[in-house]
Amino acid sequence: MEEYRLSHLQELEAESIHIIREVAAEFENPVMLYSIGKDSSVMVRLAEKAFAPGKVPFPLMHIDSKWKFREMIEFRDSYAKEHGWNLIVESNMEAFKAGVGPFTHGSKVHTDLMKTKALLDALNKWKFDAAFGGARRDEEKSRAKERIFSFRDQFNQWDPKNQRPELWDIYNSRIHKGESIRVFPLSNWTELDIWQYIRLENIPIVPLYFAKERPCVEIDGNLIMADDDRLPKELVPKIHMRMVRFRTLGCWPLTGAVESNATTIEEIVEEMMTTTKSERTTRVIDFDQEASMEQKKREGYF
Amino acid sequence: MTKDITPLPREGQGSGVDIKAFLDADERKSLLRLLTAGSVDDGKSTLIGRLLFDSKKLYEDQLQALERDSKRVGNAGAGEIDYALLLDGLKAEREEGITIDVAYRYFSTNLRKFIIADTPGHEQYTRNMITGGSTANLAIILVDARMGVITQTRRHTFLVSLLGIKHIVLAVNKMDLVDFSEEVFNKIKNEYLELTNQLGIEDVTCFPLSAKEGDNVVKKSDRTPWFEGTSLLQFLETVPIDQDRNMQDFRFPVQYVLRPNLDFRGFSGKVASGVIRKGDEIMALPSRKTSRVKSIVTYEGELEYAFCPQCVTITLEDEIDISRGEMLVKPDNLPFVGRHLQTKLVWMDEEPMDCSKQFFLKANTNTTRATISAIDYRIDVNTMERLEGKEFKLNEIGQVQITTAKTLFFDEYKKNRATGAFILIDPITNNTCAVGMIEKPLAEEDLLHEELPTLDLPKLGIAPEHYEAIEKAVKELSKQGIEVKIIK
Repeated sequence: MEEYRLSHLQELEAESIHIIREVAAEFENPVMLYSIGKDSSVMVRLAEKAFAPGKVPFPLMHIDSKWKFREMIEFRDSYAKEHGWNLIVESNMEAFKAGVGPFTHGSKVHTDLMKTKALLDALNKWKFDAAFGGARRDEEKSRAKERIFSFRDQFNQWDPKNQRPELWDIYNSRIHKGESIRVFPLSNWTELDIWQYIRLENIPIVPLYFAKERPCVEIDGNLIMADDDRLPKELVPKIHMRMVRFRTLGCWPLTGAVESNATTIEEIVEEMMTTTKSERTTRVIDFDQEASMEQKKREGYF
Repeated sequence: MTKDITPLPREGQGSGVDIKAFLDADERKSLLRLLTAGSVDDGKSTLIGRLLFDSKKLYEDQLQALERDSKRVGNAGAGEIDYALLLDGLKAEREEGITIDVAYRYFSTNLRKFIIADTPGHEQYTRNMITGGSTANLAIILVDARMGVITQTRRHTFLVSLLGIKHIVLAVNKMDLVDFSEEVFNKIKNEYLELTNQLGIEDVTCFPLSAKEGDNVVKKSDRTPWFEGTSLLQFLETVPIDQDRNMQDFRFPVQYVLRPNLDFRGFSGKVASGVIRKGDEIMALPSRKTSRVKSIVTYEGELEYAFCPQCVTITLEDEIDISRGEMLVKPDNLPFVGRHLQTKLVWMDEEPMDCSKQFFLKANTNTTRATISAIDYRIDVNTMERLEGKEFKLNEIGQVQITTAKTLFFDEYKKNRATGAFILIDPITNNTCAVGMIEKPLAEEDLLHEELPTLDLPKLGIAPEHYEAIEKAVKELSKQGIEVKIIK
């Protein structure tokens, strides 16, 4: 019987590939949302696997908040080019031109306009009826209850109390015009699974995940890397070189670094196994208000 | 924090850790999906919290948030952690103090990874339990040692048997409140085994626990010296599940036709059950045309064989027209093929069943129009008695007959979970309104093999440049459950 046995990672991989193919088969106009993070990198690889030796039949879309780390943007462009992806980049240019940013408008306004609104506008503009996201259920309490095929009404809202039952591996993809489904192929993966898979599959990830000397400044207890010259001038003298890495990637002023010497995946995993903080604590936006992720999800944020 | 908690050494913690060896071992772990069922009062969330806590999934900041929340709304005693708050994710649920939906939890030990579907126990949440249990290998059913086997226990056990979950753990919790009495435990155990015998469930294991104080959860307790079994966690780590999968009957529902270029035509899908090897003879359903497997393709390269639940792409020696929703099988091992079936049905919608409606039925990759042509009976989920009934309301379960517009390929759910299940979708709201576990095909005389309406494009004199538009329209019709065949 041993020869017919899958490891947990092979089983998770098969589950994800099945989900991705199901979307490609059942929707008119799907898109894969790409955050450039490690989970996205795994999701993108799974999509490449799902359709090999063919090409992936849907585009990648990155919502650029205009405050992403520069290394993320470089990585995005080179990965998409090398792997032949059709890459769509969308931003809320109106808000960007008006000067919206986390330092001037705070994390809530910035996230609402540059991430949530930009995403919703882009989904409406392209008329996507299904959008893949790389969220995992082990990340956060409200995500633990979300379906793999998560229904959104015409206003892109999630109703946690009124979710469609989801059984076996049979996914309900029926929607009316204007409605859509968010699809989470990595729902059952954990942070350790993601790292393990990246290690086994040699999946390229943004170098920011690995420790390096970087210019940082402490803001409200978070170590923020000064990634460009938009750091408020009064903070510039406080910049120090610190040996840090990032556990998650987002907008640079809203993503805290952790002090670390981990320069390989093995060292990252070792650090993770012995760490005392879960990964989203370095995200400033989760702590705006109690149940804030659930609120954001209801409003259409992933 | 409660007393007597001795945290286990963290995996890979401390100096001189060989993280590579840890990762190499982790890579080979198997996966166990489990369902937990019990009421608010049985200590279910406390048990899960304990498994997570002691397996070190609980990080410090989640613990801090928990301590903060426990002070505000916790139901545990002063100074004690309310593990339930860890699990009851949504805001409304935290305030009401009940788990409303299915929440998925993850933890791992040195031997296995676990996915827990944590579902509520009350009768009004039957559909949630059915949802959480659909993918489970094992179910943990909790009872309060002071209460023993109650109506709810019977209902949960019935649902577990309906879902075809092969292994049951009866967790007799709160043993601390009955002085860890062997007599109490044995009485509950015997009563329960009588019930599972009636339902034909073979693998049942009972544990005397105190989730709150940790007895027999992760480590064997010295307060139950009379108990000969292992701890619950040790059992979960080692219970064999490999043979639960159907490896006999090869079924391959075609999910996606892959045509990257003119030289490659592959059929992508998940092996629903069984094994397929290069060179094997296959039959495509419904056409019944046969061919041989030319190659089994994956991103990593070609495989000699594939088995469930692997996702692969199969190419054939001969050019056969096969599309999504059809099925590859072996010619000497066919599923039922038909449009009429008898099935157990669970109604999942707030709106009661309306038999005059035409539903969409989705089984594997196959979607078709379907009607409920007869209701045989309803089942009282508490007593398992058969009741008369014209329609089902939310959470009601029974046996019905279904007729579909398109031919289905299916097996008995008990023999093959992957090809014996389906969902019904409401044609107006698009909600998943019911789920079914197929029992058998119905009378052959009902089987009218209607020929599909056919569009012979060359014969009709349609120019090839219009083929794509016609195919698109036909695909759209197929989504509505109306099948038209194209010849080109």
